This record gives sequence, structure tokens and C-alpha cells, in this order.
Amino acid sequence: MTELTGLGTLTRFLLRRDRVRILVWIAAIGLLIVLSAASVEGIYPTQADLDEAATASRDNAAAIAFNGPDQALDTLGGQVAFQVSSFGLILTGLMAIFMVGRETRGEEESGRLELLRSLPVGRHAATTAVLLVAAGMSVAVGAVITLGMLAIGLPGGGSLALGAGFTAVGLVFTGITLVAAQVTENTRVTYGISGAVLGAAFALRAAGDVGDGTLTWLSPIGWAQKMRPYAGERWWPLLLILVTTALLVAGAVLLTAHRDVGAGLVPPRPGPARAAPALGRPLGLAVRMQRGSVVAWASGLLLMGVAYGSVAQDVDDFVGDNQSVEDVIARSGGASLTDSYLATSLLMLAMVGSGFTIAAVLRLRSEETNLRAEPVLATRVSRPRWVASHLAASVVGSAVVMVVAGLGVGVSYGLAADDLGQVTRMVGASLAYVPAMWLLAGVALLLFGAVPRAVGAAWAVLAGCFVVGLLGEVFGFPDWVQGLSPFDHIPEMPAEGLSAVPVLAVTAVAVALAAGGVVAFGRRDIG
Amino acid sequence: MTTEAIAISGLVKTFGSFRALDGLDLHVAQGEVHGFLGPNGAGKTTTIRVLLGLLRADEGDVSLLGGDPWADAVALHPRLAYVPGDVSLWPKLSGGEIIDVFGRLRGDLDPARREELVERFELDPTKKARTYSKGNRQKVALVAGLASRAELLVLDEPTSGLDPLMEAVFQECIREVKAEGRTVLLSSHILAEVEALCDRVSIIRAGRTVQSGSLDEMRHLTRTSIDVVTDRPLDGVGDLAAVHNVNVDGNRARFDVDTDHLDETVRRLADLGVRSLVSRPPTLEELFLRHYGDELADRVGPHAAAAEEGLAGSDGSAGGPAGGSAGGTAGGTAGGTAGSSAGGAAGGSTGAAGSGDD
Repeated sequence: MTELTGLGTLTRFLLRRDRVRILVWIAAIGLLIVLSAASVEGIYPTQADLDEAATASRDNAAAIAFNGPDQALDTLGGQVAFQVSSFGLILTGLMAIFMVGRETRGEEESGRLELLRSLPVGRHAATTAVLLVAAGMSVAVGAVITLGMLAIGLPGGGSLALGAGFTAVGLVFTGITLVAAQVTENTRVTYGISGAVLGAAFALRAAGDVGDGTLTWLSPIGWAQKMRPYAGERWWPLLLILVTTALLVAGAVLLTAHRDVGAGLVPPRPGPARAAPALGRPLGLAVRMQRGSVVAWASGLLLMGVAYGSVAQDVDDFVGDNQSVEDVIARSGGASLTDSYLATSLLMLAMVGSGFTIAAVLRLRSEETNLRAEPVLATRVSRPRWVASHLAASVVGSAVVMVVAGLGVGVSYGLAADDLGQVTRMVGASLAYVPAMWLLAGVALLLFGAVPRAVGAAWAVLAGCFVVGLLGEVFGFPDWVQGLSPFDHIPEMPAEGLSAVPVLAVTAVAVALAAGGVVAFGRRDIG
Repeated sequence: MTTEAIAISGLVKTFGSFRALDGLDLHVAQGEVHGFLGPNGAGKTTTIRVLLGLLRADEGDVSLLGGDPWADAVALHPRLAYVPGDVSLWPKLSGGEIIDVFGRLRGDLDPARREELVERFELDPTKKARTYSKGNRQKVALVAGLASRAELLVLDEPTSGLDPLMEAVFQECIREVKAEGRTVLLSSHILAEVEALCDRVSIIRAGRTVQSGSLDEMRHLTRTSIDVVTDRPLDGVGDLAAVHNVNVDGNRARFDVDTDHLDETVRRLADLGVRSLVSRPPTLEELFLRHYGDELADRVGPHAAAAEEGLAGSDGSAGGPAGGSAGGTAGGTAGGTAGSSAGGAAGGSTGAAGSGDD
């Protein structure tokens, strides 16, 4: 097995390099899921509460679309799986994507892999080490969740099935990212391809669960939920998952063996010998660098938006005439269930789209650490102007991404409901969420200016927004904690009317944060 | 009186507890090509970053083209061109695009000059930066910098990775820049390049300037190595003042002499009946090594010191900043390379005295 020579050393080296990252991922996902599960118990203390919740969710297509299929919702275990699994499975997929992407294509793009391969190290050893570590992380996440559920007092079989589902999604996305890393020579594109597959997996599952269930079987997230934890477990989907993972890994191995180190499957093409006039300004340069990711994120969100919009019409059909639905409608201030669903969809799209917002600002930091900022700032370009160029790409790009997402929702819902007036309504509503995204851009910029080593904290802030937005009800946070998320201050359009004051206030905070970032950056050393 | 393009005195820059620059001085007159030398980690790049306004000086006075590089960065930058030693390019842009980007950002893109340089450096401007080798990435940065008409060029190890042909093109370009009366700060490890191009040199070490001046001045402060064959035995030569690293073998001797004592030493040799004499001025490499001599001695250790004692028992009161055994080690090490470089760009004035009569 000379192909794997050095595997042991490389695996230990990887564990050593990434030990903090690995532990943080496992602990963050494990704790988040176990703690949410523990609070579900507090929300529904009696069987009557569980019965009521089950009825409410069963008839709520929005809840089904975001959380998962109706499986034993009148039991504590079933309710836990319903509340925590879809968000947790996405996080586990992201864990696999970021871990595998950065350690395979990221290492290769940086040239470090070349150095390793010059040593007596097998062709597949480095990739296999990443595979082992990522698979180990997936198993660890599953184990933490199973043990946590057992500690809460949930049944053994269901806890095992729930944990196994998390491991399964981690494994499949490890495989998917391994393949994506062979196809492109660019780490960002690797993340993009795998992230798009994750988004598609979520959308297919949502559409399938709301519809007749067929589409669910095209989604790894669906497979994990179809293991029916706490609802009469079935184990054969595990086989599906293991076979898929094995096929993906085999595909990645095959692709690796047929390409050069550093190359992707698509050979590089020559570029123009002269720069277009727009490139001569910092803004033109920033746009050129960011336009690829704007297109990628917009496409992804367009698909997600189409998926969400396509089931919106079913929300009304879904509604029986029972009391709990009346309650839901009453709670949302008289808005229709469909509009509440659409508002939740737009919120979700805005939070996902904030990934672009933050990444676009943090491009400043990667330009700096990759020594590309230095020669630019050695020209007549001032620091504020350079920062503003990337900030503008983030600010405008976020709006573009969000409008496209709203367009997707509007067109697919409008076609389904035979009401194309929904297109402008959804696009308009989607814009209301943009200032919250800008606020996150401001946070990222302030971090970049003031504590450049800690820019990664911007992602933690976004993760916090997700927790507050998606699990806030489960945790029952006090209002001030909910209020920490900028998205909490945005009116839930289209379910609510536009109220200008909170939107303008969020924008003002975004501007203040960004200004602080520019000032702080002007005072610090570069590099 | 010429104004100074760069005037740094007492520059201090710390990173946490690490003192990267520790009272550095650097003075570059307008119109000169100034060599900036020092071992890895001495603080050359940090100094350049301070000059570019990327790092803020902790202490000391820094003046660049008459302005403050931190406060006036944007006003000063159109007047300079910078070529980094560690060239990182945007992988998706072509080399030609990147050259144009820098030219336009600086504000002085000259298409004709750009074309000429692309041709002279044999660069394919249509290739994506991702696919360039190290040398080609360096060429992109060089063309971008040299295409500028800026009055000051700041070059941080600009030729690392270039092949010898391109090195020659680079030297030619710098001579043209100099002929136009522009100023160059050239940080380099390629000593032959510095010797060939630079009017004056500053050598720094551990964040301080250890020596600065023209190459002639610096040579004068150091030692000339002598190979001599005489009629009578050379036993006493080791006792002469200002003579170091002596290696005597009967009528044949090889030693270094402090250059300002050259005259009296040659007179003493003449008394012994000189049959042949070869003198080599110190190469820049020797100058450089002398300043890092004690580092070398630390590294090479007692072995070298013992070897030196065995050779001649030189007195240790050597001139120059490097201490006794250290100076010896440096000289010894340099001696090996001096022979090969003496006939090269260094072009030492190799004077051979005629043989004495029988």
C-alpha cells in the first residue's frame, strides 16, 4: 500500500494542527443539540402539551418544511428530533465541508501539499488522513448527541438513530467535499459546490416532506430523518448513506489519480494581456474579485428561494380548520399562515445570504495576510478607499443576493398561486432584511480594523443569529438575548408591514460599526 | 547639497516583546542606488514597510521624499514604486492585467514602457497568475514596478527566483533608472548584484545599522588579503601589527592585512625579497561576512576557533567590529569564496609584483 505511506504521521499531524478547530466543531454542535433537546422537555411538560404541539406542527407546512417530517410528534423524543435535527444536520454538513475543503484543496492551493508530496508520502495518504479525521469528527458528533439524549432520559434506540443520522450526514458531505475538491483548483469554489449541494439537500427534503415524500429520498438530510428516531427506528437508510459515501470517496480517489498536483479538472485558460479600464480603480479590482462569489451565492439563494416559494401555496392547503392553526394565526397578528411562512423563508434566506456578506468583508483580511494588500496600499490608494472598495462589494452584493432570493420565492410562489403580483411583493419584502445583513458586514469590518486576528468571530456572530432565529423559541431566551440579533429587529415582512424606524436604526448601527472599522484600520499596522 | 530621499534615524519598531528594529539609521541621497543588506530577520522588510506607511514607527525620525511616510502615505505613494520580495498575485487575473492594475493604481501607467519591459523580461502577459512560476511572478512585480517613472524605487529582494539572463536585464534596467537620476533602495542578498549596482551600502543586523558608506570606504576600513612568495623565510610575518589569519609555509604566506596598514606591510615584505605577490581587496561578501562573523563563529563553534589558533595564533586585536576569533573565522570562510569572485564582478585590483632578483 505505497499509496498510503505516511498515513499515520499525516493523520497525527492533522489532529495536532487542527485540534482546537476539531474540538470546537464537535462541542458546538453536540452541546447546541443536547441543550436544545433538554429545553424541549421544559416547553412541553405534560402529554397534553405534546399533543397540542403535535397537532399544531402536523398542520403547519412551514414547520414541516423547516424542521422535517411528521414522525411521532406527540412524544418527547419525536418532538426533540423534529425541533433540533434539521438545523443540526446542516451544521454537521457545514462542519464536514469546511474541514475537508480547507485541509484538501486549501492545502493544495497554498502549495503545502506539494511540499508533503515531495516526501516519502503516498499519493492518497494526505486525502485519506483528512477523510479519517472528518469521519472521526462525524462519529464523535453522533456519539455526543446519542450520549446527551440518553442522559436526558430519552429511549436508547431512538437516541442511537438520531446520533447515527448526524454521523451519516457528516460522512456524506465529507465525500461530497472530497469530490468537489478534485474538480476545481480553487478552495472557495470547493466550498461553493459542496455548500450548494447542502442547500439543495435541505430544499429537496423540505419540498419532499411537504409534498408526497418522493423528493426527500434524494436528500442525505432526508435519509437521516427517515431513520425515524424515536418513531419506530429503521436502520436500512444507514446502508444507503454508507454506500453513497463509499462511492463518493472512490470517485475522489479516481479523480486524484488522474490529475496533477495543484490542478483541477478544468485546465486554466489564458487571460487578456491588458486590463479592462475598470480594473484600474480599487473598486473595479474588488468587484472583479468578488463577482464570482456574488454570482455563486445568488444562484444558490435563487434555488433555495424557488424551493421555499414552491411550497408556500401548500401552506394554505395544508391548513385544516382546527383550533391550533387559528391560534397561530392569532399570534402572528392576523397575518395569513402563508405570509408567516414566507417571512420565515426570507429570514432564513437572509441569514444564509449573510454568509456572503461576511465573507466579502473578510476578503480584506485574506488580501492582507496573503500580502496582496501591501503592494496596493503602496500606491496612491488610501486605506479608507481600499476598505471601502470591498465594503461596497459586500453591501451592494448582499442586496443583489437578497433580491435574487426574493425573486426566486416570488416567481415560484407567484406561478403556483397564479398571482405574479407576488414577485414585486416578495422582492420588496426581501429588501427589508438587507440592513440586518449590512450590520453583520459592519461587525466584520470592525473586527478587521480593531482585532484583525479575531475576524473569525464574525462567523460566530452569524451562528448566534441562527441560534436566536431558529432555536430561540426552543430555548426561550429572554427578549434582550433575542434582541442581540439584528434580524430580530427587522419587521417580519410580508407578514408584518414595513416599519421604517427599526430598519433605519439597524442601518445606522451598521454604518457606525463600519465607520469604527475604517478608523481602527487606519491606525494599525498592516500584516 | 543634495536632499535625502530617505532619512531614518533611531527607528524602533517592536512587535509585542520582539524588537524588530532597534535604533536603525538609513540615509539614502537623491539619485543614488543604495544597497540595503542584512541577514534574514535583520529587519530589512520591516524597515521597508515602515517606509511604505504600512507599519507605524514606535520611535525615531523617518522621512521619505521629504514627507512622513505614515501621515502622508497617499501623497507620497505616487512618487514611488515598490517591488515586494514575496510576490503574491491575484490568482484569477492574468499577469498583464496585474501590471496594468498597479500602473493605474499608482497613476503613471506608460503603455509603451510597459510593452518594452514585458518584452525584455520575456513575460507572457496572458497567463493567469495562478499558473506562473516563482520567477515569473517576480517578473510581473518587476515589470509593474519598473514601468513606473516614479522618482524612488523601493525594491525588496527584487530578483529572488530570476534566472541569470533576467538578472542581467534587471541590472541593465537599474542602470537606466540611475542614469535618469532616480533613486533606488535595493534590499538584496545577491552581493554581486549590489556590488555591481550600488553607490552606497548600509548593512544592518538585529535591527541596527552596523555599517554604512560607499563600497570604497568600506573596503578601506577592512582587510586586504595577500598571497606572497619571498626569497627568505616568512616566519616573522605573524608578529607584524595589523596582520591576521596568517598561514605560513616556508617562503610562502597567505594572510589578511588591515587595508590602512597595507603600505607598511608591503615594505616589510620587500625586505624579504618578494618573488610574487597577489593582493585582493575584500569583496562585499567578505565585508558582509565580517559583520556577521561572530554569528558564524557561534554557529561553527569551537572547532573553527581551534583551527584558527593552530594556523597562526593571530593576536585577536583585530580591527573592525568583529572580535578576535570571530574575525578570523569570517576571514577564513570568506577566503574560500574570495578566490572565485575576485575575478568576477568584484574585479579586485589584482596587482602582481614582479619577482625579485636572485
